[in-house]
This record gives sequence, C-alpha cells and structure tokens, in this order.
Amino acid sequence: MSSDQFSRPAIKAGEIIASHVSKSYGATQFSREVVKDCSFTIERGKLTVMIGPSGCGKSTLIRLLAGFERPTRGTITLNGEPIGEPGPDRLVLFQESALFPWMTTYDNILYGPRARGEVTQETLDFAEFLLNKIGLQDFRKKYPTQLSGGMQRRAELARAMINNPEVMILDEPFRGLDAMTKELMWEYYSALYEENRRTNFFVTTDIDEAIFLADRMLIMTNIPTQVRAVLEVDLPRPRKFLDLVENDKSNEIKMQALSILHEEAMKSFSRGSKAATDFVEAYSKRINRATTR
Amino acid sequence: MTARTKVLFGSSLWRGAVSIVVFLVLWEIGSLSKIWIKGDAFEWLRHALSVLGLKSAYLPWIGAVPAPTEVLHAWLAVLPDPGYWQSWYMSFFRVMLGFLAAMIIGIPFGLLLAVNRTAFGVCFPVFEVLRPIPPLAWVPASIIFWPTQELSIAFVTFLGAFYSIVINVVGGARSIDVRYFQAARSMGSSRRDIFWRLILPGTLPSIMVGSAVGMGITWEVVVAAEMISGGGSQIGGTSGGGLGFFIWNSYVGGSYEQIVVGMISIGIAGFISSAALRALGKRVTPWLSLR
Repeated sequence: MSSDQFSRPAIKAGEIIASHVSKSYGATQFSREVVKDCSFTIERGKLTVMIGPSGCGKSTLIRLLAGFERPTRGTITLNGEPIGEPGPDRLVLFQESALFPWMTTYDNILYGPRARGEVTQETLDFAEFLLNKIGLQDFRKKYPTQLSGGMQRRAELARAMINNPEVMILDEPFRGLDAMTKELMWEYYSALYEENRRTNFFVTTDIDEAIFLADRMLIMTNIPTQVRAVLEVDLPRPRKFLDLVENDKSNEIKMQALSILHEEAMKSFSRGSKAATDFVEAYSKRINRATTR
Repeated sequence: MTARTKVLFGSSLWRGAVSIVVFLVLWEIGSLSKIWIKGDAFEWLRHALSVLGLKSAYLPWIGAVPAPTEVLHAWLAVLPDPGYWQSWYMSFFRVMLGFLAAMIIGIPFGLLLAVNRTAFGVCFPVFEVLRPIPPLAWVPASIIFWPTQELSIAFVTFLGAFYSIVINVVGGARSIDVRYFQAARSMGSSRRDIFWRLILPGTLPSIMVGSAVGMGITWEVVVAAEMISGGGSQIGGTSGGGLGFFIWNSYVGGSYEQIVVGMISIGIAGFISSAALRALGKRVTPWLSLR
C-alpha cells in the first residue's frame, strides 16, 4: 500500500523568534544563569539544528520554547505572538520514549486528536499516511513494550506529527540508539520533513546527525548558552549518509563546526570543566590524523 | 492456542503435580509414624525423641496430624453435606462483600488522595493512624457498632483489603512518569482527559497489586472473624458459619480430620480467588504481560 493515497492536512509552518532570552535558576543571590542573552530565529519551513556541548543549556531552551518554563528576561514569539502554555502548535519530542505504555501504537498516535475531540476522516487518513511513512502499519495493535527502540521513536514522531504542529521541537530524540538504527532514523525523519517542509527545530550533540539533517545549524556556546555561530548547510536533498562522508562540502562544514565547538570546549577546559576534556582530546587526535595523512 | 496448551501441559504443570504428590507422600509417612516407628529398626529414633523429652513414640507435630488418607476419607464424608458447601458459600460471600466494598471505596479514595493535595493533607494523617490497627482488633468494636453480626464481619473483612488497596493506589498514581503528563499537556489534553486516559490506566497495575495483597488479608481476616464471632449469622444452622467456623466447630467436636479438611478448603478457596484476580489483571492490564 502506498502512502500517497492518503490525503493529509495542509502544513502550517510557524516561525519562532527568541530575542535576548535569559534564564537563571535559584534565588537571586546564588542564581545560576543557564541561558544568557540568547537570540536566534527558527525559520519558517526549515530544519534548524542546534548543536552544542552537552550540559550547555539546550534542554533548558527547549523547555522555554515549549512553554513548560518562562524566561527570566527576553521574549520568545511564535508568528509574532508571545508563546504561552504548552500546546499542540509547538510539539516537543523528548529524549527518551514517552509513549503511553497502556495504549497500542495506533491509540498512541491518535492520542492528541482524541484528547482535543478533533478526530475527523482527515485525521484517520493522516494516521494511515504516517503509519505507512514510518513503516509501522503492521504494528498498529502492538503495545510500546513490543516495539524496538527505533520503532518507539518513530511512533512518537508520528504521534507528534498528527497534531500538525506549526513547529516540531525535537530534543536529542535519537540519543541512545545504536549507529545503524540512528542512520535509519535519520532517513525516516528527513523523509517526513522533506515531504512536509514544516518548521523543525532539532537539538543534538552529534555532529554527523546535525549535518545530515540540517538546513541551518546553530552552534551554541558553553553554559551560559548563546548562539556562537550560524552555518547554512546547503547540501542537496534527499541526502545519503555515505554520500555525505565523501562530500567535500559536507566535510568542510563539519570541520568548520568542529573547530568552533573546539574553541568553546577549550574555553570551558581553561575554566576547569572536566566535561570538555574528552572533547579536546578527541579533537586534537582527529587534527593529528588529518595532518599526518 | 499452541502456546497456551504448552503452558497447560508443560514443565510447570509437571513440577506442580510432582511437588503436590511429594508433599502428600511425606505427610502420609510422617503422620503414620505411630505405626512404623514401633519397629526395631527405629530404636535410634525413639531414643532421639526421648532425649528431646518427647515420650510419645511418634514424630512430633506431623505425627499428631491426621494422615492425608484419613483426611480424604473425612472430606468424602462431608462432600455430600450441604452444610459444608454452605460454609464455602458464606466465607466466599463475606470475602467478596468486604473485598468489593474495599475496591469500590478504596480505589476512588486513593485516586483522590493522589491527585488532590488538599484531600491528601486532610485525610492521610487519620488514615495513617488507623492503618496500623490490625483488622482483628476491630472485631469487638464492630460487633458493638454494627446491628448484625454479618455486617460486623463484612466490615472487618473490608478493613483487611481497604488499606492495602488505598496505599497501592496512592503510590501507583504518584509514580507515573512526569513525561507522560508533559507529553499529554503539550498535545492539548484537558485535566479530565489526563485523569481518565493517563492516571487511571497508569494506576491499574498498582490497583491489581493492592487487590492481590488485599485479597490475601481478606481471607485471613474472614476466617479469624468467623471463629471469634462463633459463626456469625444463623443461616443454615450451626454449619452455616463459614469455613472458619467449620474448623472451629470440628475442633470443638474433636474431629481432627475435619479441621484439616477445613484448612485445605480455605487454601483452595484462596487459590481460586487469587487465580480469578490474576485473570482479571491480565484482562485489564494487557500491556504488562507482553514482550
């Protein structure tokens, strides 16, 4: 059965602008600033990937974008309107699976429309389309525990997409999957994106993932986080992982991104951060390999 | 279908059957020790028993218990007696009455405590003070409070299951992963929807655990309450007081075989209740038994 036979709703692509956003935790005197004067745009209809060292405050930014928390200073707008409570216009996919264990795949996917009482024939068609697209049409009656890790992530992707959000926000959704599964996930995910061109915001620490997926790449500084650089990833779609490994342009972008990340790591290294040590060591080895070759 | 028949006639059934047969054989040998211990070959055993201060020439404890064959004999004798079945019925009726009341009141009460901070603050301290009181300590009070003996037994049985159900429901509802609520909220779920489609199904496994524990306590309590209250209602005369009273009556009447018959009957009744509860659990929480 081809996925093209199912109708699907029109895409509303939103645009998020964060301007001078700061967020700190704790009492004023001993507060810890996690995000500091951070400004960026998640452009309409593009896949923006945010990459930065782990523990740099990316997850905090996501909670702010989703509306689970409010910024201490600055504003975040969706299509010019300040964002409010968490809602189906900006859907977040979290790091680990949050599929409801007591619902089948199909019931999980239809959760949002049912919760809002918005189930129409169009919704059901869209559900079929998504099930096909993520390759789970034979697993619709299975419970999450019966699915593999990769299948769970795909089902979760479909559960978010069916709500037709203006912005999809993904917080390291493929973390913890093995390398092979990860590549498979990238292909499923980018196929879904290329089909719809909805606004996507994808957070990761994996440079290969970032280059495979991104239209634009935001490279973040260490904590308190800010946007350090914006790279346009102007590679043709659909992308194949093996092609990217050979592609000069992609390697050029990768080295550019890595050198910026390295500078950031060196800064925190000099401040005595242990987390940066591994990155600095790995980076210097890579540079040595490249020069001796 | 094949998987099910495999389970039914597989190794677990064999092990179960062997364990019951071995148990019965050892019991038979032990309780017939009066006879076989008299032989010359068991001089050393008689000596060992006398060193322990036991003058009787049979194995302690097990030697005083009627043999399984005698128990079976007594059982066959009471099987046609409607009074015996009336005892079954009465005990089951009381257990079910108390247990269902505990579920009907305990589950909503536990959920209320879990989702409403005010209700928790107001009710939980009292609940925690009453909880350590053993249900059997309530027997005299409930005989005074309730107009009929039947109601006082039902009340005590209810208490047995109530606490374990409430505690498990509160704990279960509170341990539901916060990410489920975040996901539901961001998909536009209302509070009502979150309650019915997240909290309730998320608590079901704990409800089943609480019920299984509660069911066990209920049987313990009902038997003891029947013994203490002398059989409760007068329905069916002296033999209508339930299995607990059946045992007590057999003891007073000096029929030791019947005591064991009553004990085994309670064992079987408890087993049936637990099996029924497990089957129910499988139906209402199908996602737990899959992998």
